[in-house]
Amino acid sequence: MRHLGYLAMLGFTVLGSFWLELVLKVRVLQRWRRVLAAILPVGVLFIFWDAYAIAQGHWHFDRAQILGLFGPFKIPVEEFLFFLIVPIAAIMTLEAVRKVKGNWSIGDEQ
Amino acid sequence: MTYTQIALVAVALAALLDIFVSKTLLLRRRAFWTSYSIILPFQLLTNWWLTSRNIVMYNSRDIWGVRIAAAPVEDLLFGFALILSVLSLWVYWGRARKPN
Repeated sequence: MRHLGYLAMLGFTVLGSFWLELVLKVRVLQRWRRVLAAILPVGVLFIFWDAYAIAQGHWHFDRAQILGLFGPFKIPVEEFLFFLIVPIAAIMTLEAVRKVKGNWSIGDEQ
Repeated sequence: MTYTQIALVAVALAALLDIFVSKTLLLRRRAFWTSYSIILPFQLLTNWWLTSRNIVMYNSRDIWGVRIAAAPVEDLLFGFALILSVLSLWVYWGRARKPN
């Protein structure tokens, strides 16, 4: 179980946010092309940051608490998932706030 | 560059994106700050999980040294830059080309 330590944090983030899709009907996952268009450019930059930080030794991961699968630049697979799941959770939060506070503009209203 | 320096640059770039590039001005919107204030406690909790259990470890040479909920304060800048830039692009695509 110990190797699921990092993954557990990602699971918690999914649990804490994805219910908004069902309960508040924020329709974020339905708009997956817009989600990817928002996340990919930012995600690529953060992956480069991650790669640099790992190469320079700014941070490192406990091999016993991650799955042990690595992508490019020796980045653990959990990090790639992080840069997908955390931004989706943030978008869902913003859309949930919009849903609850109907008169607050976020800037994309027609 | 240290983590501290990169984190500060990242926040500045995210703000420039929001204000001058995508022009979404989320930094002036209640909806953004309300969202961030909801996200922040969750970030502190997940940061605490990752750092107090030593899932992620930091080189003390590359951080300022101030920690909040076990995690270097730089992590909050990292999270803020990530969230602001993604939300800015989300709004941008919502009003520009409508990819969906």
